Amino acid sequence: MNVITEHAQTTVPAVANKPLDTAQLEPKIAIRHLNFYYGDARALKDISLTLYKNTVTAFIGPSGCGKSTLLRVLNRMYDLYPNQHSEGEVIFDGDNILAPKQDLNLLRARIGMVFQKPTPFPMSIFENIAFGVRLYEKLPNSELEYRVEHALRRAALWDEVKDKLKANGLSLSGGQQQRLCIARTVAVKPEVILFDEPCSALDPISTAKIEELIDELKADYTIIIVTHNMQQAARVSDFTAFMYLGQLVESGSTQKIFTSPGDQRTQDYITGRFG
Amino acid sequence: MVQTVKTTATTARTPLYAGRRRRNAMMIVLAWFAALFGMAWLALILGALLWEGLSGVSLRAFTEMTPPPGSGGGLLNPIVGSLILTGLGVAIGTPIGILAGTYMAEYGRYNKLTSVVRFINDILLSAPSIVVGLFVYEILVRPMGHFSGIAGAVALAIIVIPVVVRTTEDMLLLVPNTLREAAAALGLPRAYVVHRIAYGAARAGIVTGILLAIARISGETAPLLFTALNNQFWSTNLNAPMASLPAVIFQFALSPYNDWQRLAWTGALLITLAVLALSIIARALSSSDKN
Repeated sequence: MNVITEHAQTTVPAVANKPLDTAQLEPKIAIRHLNFYYGDARALKDISLTLYKNTVTAFIGPSGCGKSTLLRVLNRMYDLYPNQHSEGEVIFDGDNILAPKQDLNLLRARIGMVFQKPTPFPMSIFENIAFGVRLYEKLPNSELEYRVEHALRRAALWDEVKDKLKANGLSLSGGQQQRLCIARTVAVKPEVILFDEPCSALDPISTAKIEELIDELKADYTIIIVTHNMQQAARVSDFTAFMYLGQLVESGSTQKIFTSPGDQRTQDYITGRFG
Repeated sequence: MVQTVKTTATTARTPLYAGRRRRNAMMIVLAWFAALFGMAWLALILGALLWEGLSGVSLRAFTEMTPPPGSGGGLLNPIVGSLILTGLGVAIGTPIGILAGTYMAEYGRYNKLTSVVRFINDILLSAPSIVVGLFVYEILVRPMGHFSGIAGAVALAIIVIPVVVRTTEDMLLLVPNTLREAAAALGLPRAYVVHRIAYGAARAGIVTGILLAIARISGETAPLLFTALNNQFWSTNLNAPMASLPAVIFQFALSPYNDWQRLAWTGALLITLAVLALSIIARALSSSDKN
């Protein structure tokens, strides 16, 4: 026992955030008995998990464990494809988002998403951000410009692009493109932001910038991040959910998951013995 | 011990490698020869066209009507006729082709209907154009009782459609799904995702497809012979037979009159240069898209 603890202390990444008292927090999304199927293959098995407002929750687990699938249920992204369906409930501010009557466009405007690969639209930097805003709000030009600037400042990109807002979004570097995508997501004022391995295509400096950003964004948004990188989960998240083979093995405060996991599989994964 | 192993390995390998090098050199020579052979014919055709046709390219060619045998004239009526027929054919065929291609790539990508349509479209793409001409003859020329410009335009449109369907679908399929997901994740309705994002990313490719379709129909003769026929005189009436460069070339080149044959050469040169220009524009567009 003693040996295991010492081993864990030397290899487990340091957790940055203090554990929070869930009784003091407001639940934002409650997942209840969620099952998900790709055709006949069951990819998520009876997942129940609560996500709290103004916190960062990390989904970790080995490749293929279903963490990205779970993320893509939360904004019904899977609806773009045939033969994928879910069962169970995902309660978002009192509404079941899996209900058939759910308006997907409105849902996705409230639950934004940032992807693994930066995906700037084939248009100018300004338009990349203004585009989404115009869709839901009729703003005078001056206000639109302010919104774009605000979003770019929020994504720590303003100083780098303020002189070339008319340049194509694709002309930016990978890290800048990813921050542009974050700015674009922030600009439509969502309540929740889903990050699907947002740093896996980025260099360490860009990664550090984005992690810093996530830490700042949680003051205003509820953040969920899927990551392969356990150090990243430890650095940015308040809560961690460990998934394995489509099941939610364990969830709780990041502090607890990384220092005293309740399940042997969690212990093995965070100490790097598999995955 | 190690030394012997090494020597046997190298001696065993050298002849194999030398043989491969010889075959490689031989194939490179053959490939060069095949490329030269193909290019030589193209150069010969272009050279003959320039040699025979260039002398006829004058102001007269663009300002006078096709003459009766034995007197001077130009190609104004077939040039205008070709522009009208091609323009109208593209105007009818392009929207249908783009919409069908959009359905196949964006809305019905996983439907059975799409694979059926794609299969039929591929057949249509390689159908002999004379069949298209006969088809339009049956559905338009016979009921109307006479040849007409509109029938010619419809025949050309039927040739345009499969080309545009194919390029539109292919170009939209090249747009990464991550881009569609990113757009959908902002709450964009499907129509916006297609219209603003997918079209935006595939625009150069789709335009290239349309230009190639124009290049294809501007030289089509067979479908026009059954539909628009030809017209010796000035006419822009879509309800009457209409002249076109390919039909005039066909008629004049086969005639025994020397001045008609000269005009046929000139017409052939004009079409070739127009198609060449379109291909170069298409090329430039698709390469500018990559940068």
